[in-house]
Amino acid sequence: MTDATLISPRAGTRTTGQKVTRLALRYGLYALLFLFALYYLLPLFVMVSTSLKSLDEIRTGSLVALPREVTFEAWKTAWSGACTGIQCEGLKPYLWNSLLIAIPGVAISTIIGALNGYVFAQWRFRGANLMFALILFGCFIPFQVVLLPMARMLGLMGLAGSIPGLIFVHVVYGLGFTTLFFRNYYVTIPMELVRAAKIDGAGFFRIFWSIFLPISLPIIVVSVIWQFTQIWNDFLFGVSFSEAGTQPVTVALNNIVNSTTGVKAYNVDMAAAILAALPTLLVYVVAGKYFIRGLTAGSVKG
Amino acid sequence: MAPILDIKNLYKSYGDVKILKDINVAIEPGDFLVLVGPSGCGKSTLLNCIAGLEPITGGAITIAGQDMTEVSPKDRNIAMVFQSYALYPTMSVAKNITFGMKVRGVDQATQDAKLKEVAAQLQIEPLLNRRPGQLSGGQRQRVAMGRALVRDPALFLFDEPLSNLDAKLRVEMRTEIKKLHQTLGASMVYVTHDQIEAMTLATKIVVMKGGVIQQIGTPAEIYNRPANLFVADFMGSPAMNLIPAKARKNGAGTQIEIARKGGEPLVLVDPTAPDLPADVILGLRPENIAQADVRTGESYQVADCLVDVVEPAGADTYVMSNLGGKPVTARMHAETTAKAGQPLSFAFDLGKVSYFAPEDGRRLN
Repeated sequence: MTDATLISPRAGTRTTGQKVTRLALRYGLYALLFLFALYYLLPLFVMVSTSLKSLDEIRTGSLVALPREVTFEAWKTAWSGACTGIQCEGLKPYLWNSLLIAIPGVAISTIIGALNGYVFAQWRFRGANLMFALILFGCFIPFQVVLLPMARMLGLMGLAGSIPGLIFVHVVYGLGFTTLFFRNYYVTIPMELVRAAKIDGAGFFRIFWSIFLPISLPIIVVSVIWQFTQIWNDFLFGVSFSEAGTQPVTVALNNIVNSTTGVKAYNVDMAAAILAALPTLLVYVVAGKYFIRGLTAGSVKG
Repeated sequence: MAPILDIKNLYKSYGDVKILKDINVAIEPGDFLVLVGPSGCGKSTLLNCIAGLEPITGGAITIAGQDMTEVSPKDRNIAMVFQSYALYPTMSVAKNITFGMKVRGVDQATQDAKLKEVAAQLQIEPLLNRRPGQLSGGQRQRVAMGRALVRDPALFLFDEPLSNLDAKLRVEMRTEIKKLHQTLGASMVYVTHDQIEAMTLATKIVVMKGGVIQQIGTPAEIYNRPANLFVADFMGSPAMNLIPAKARKNGAGTQIEIARKGGEPLVLVDPTAPDLPADVILGLRPENIAQADVRTGESYQVADCLVDVVEPAGADTYVMSNLGGKPVTARMHAETTAKAGQPLSFAFDLGKVSYFAPEDGRRLN
């Protein structure tokens, strides 16, 4: 009753003028969003089009022009021929290194983070709050601060300059975040669930495996996206804790771009940069879909 | 018979905060024990202590003759139904019910047989392949009960199992739990803050407040002879009338004098009262105050009082008056002639009266 009496006079007095204003606002908004999208896509466009041009065309043509003649020569070079210092094997071996670092790094930090979060959320113990605060604090320590102590640690562990060493660094650095993700996700699950399972006779790992892990898909995806992006895009740890054969792709990209002599091969630089960024884009596209699927499945089935 | 559950001198504290103080309760096999009290009285904590989900600070818990004080929940031979049902969200109803058996390594054939039996008993066969999220509140409740039933435990524990249901369903499920208790003959401990649930279900009630047991007794004992003012006020709806009065020994019996608004004090004579101090609080249930011309009897004493409010409630009509400075409710027939603002002849049934000491609230008769 009250709703109707409140709304109807306003609806009745809505004029054509107001309608036009509303439409104009709506399309104005679309136009604005379109402009922003263009603005953000411009660098990508320049990268792709430059990577498809020959060096001659780059020298003579305009930066934003489409390539007159499409050539994949630069991509081929970036993949397997570009020089990173004295070696000229392209990005291929370094992409492989990055995968070798990122996949175990993501997997280990996600699994340990899930277990940590499970304990912090559902198996409270004396000092749990302090411990969680300390782990959270780890998220806010800048990379640069840990470089020296970490180098010393890796040296003592015999992992200096190796891929396992880099995995270790990324797991340690990522744990704060993954623990936070899982803890905050599990804390919304009623304590009674664990109690019921305890009475049913299930133990710590059984409860985690049979009850908590199956409901964790959305947060696992979040953790994977976050960790993969962090590890893949990392440059500082990669450059500090690697040696000739173990450098990740970010370091190799830097070397390709910065160690060329003579003419700058912009097309190769661009192709290499796109290649280096491709996996993270892929993870977003593929896993993002799963992320949304996981969320909607949850909301429909309760 | 040996008690199925025996709690002796149980203490529970979190740091310096004492949650439960010297709890002593024992129940026989087949008893339905209800722990009732306002929120924060420690009743759920006590249940969790019985289940072994909370370690206790002192005392001992014996279940079916075995000392369970230090035993982990899974080995206590208990089953528990939780307030939020605590169904495993990713498992089907069938898997929810059989999870405990699976964990314990019961063979598949026994699991299937048990599941079938329990599903039939609770009429949830059509739901077995659904997920908890696809069930209504009442159905979830049944599944939670099924998970408990399938264990065939020595003791069932219920933690406010009906408080998440709507009023109508709550009454239905209440009857169903009572039926289940009768057919199974099982021993149950049930926590609730709803005193009507406590009265209807229990064979034995424990009323708690501030971590201390106020009274243990059958529903009738608790209702008719509350041990103190707290129990008198907490159990029963509408609550017991608690009227400040003055008592004086007078030949044939004890004169009870109650201040009446705008008139002479009301004087009742209780021939059977024990020795009372000068100041008492008189407790009388609303149904023990009637309209004088409708009900009279030996123990009834009649007096006129001014009616403040008349509240028809269908089967009964509640008539409010004011005595001793306190509002007084009488439960009368629906066709009572009481009218607000007019005097009415009330009949007080002193055969059912309780006397309490005003200073500490203890029962005097």
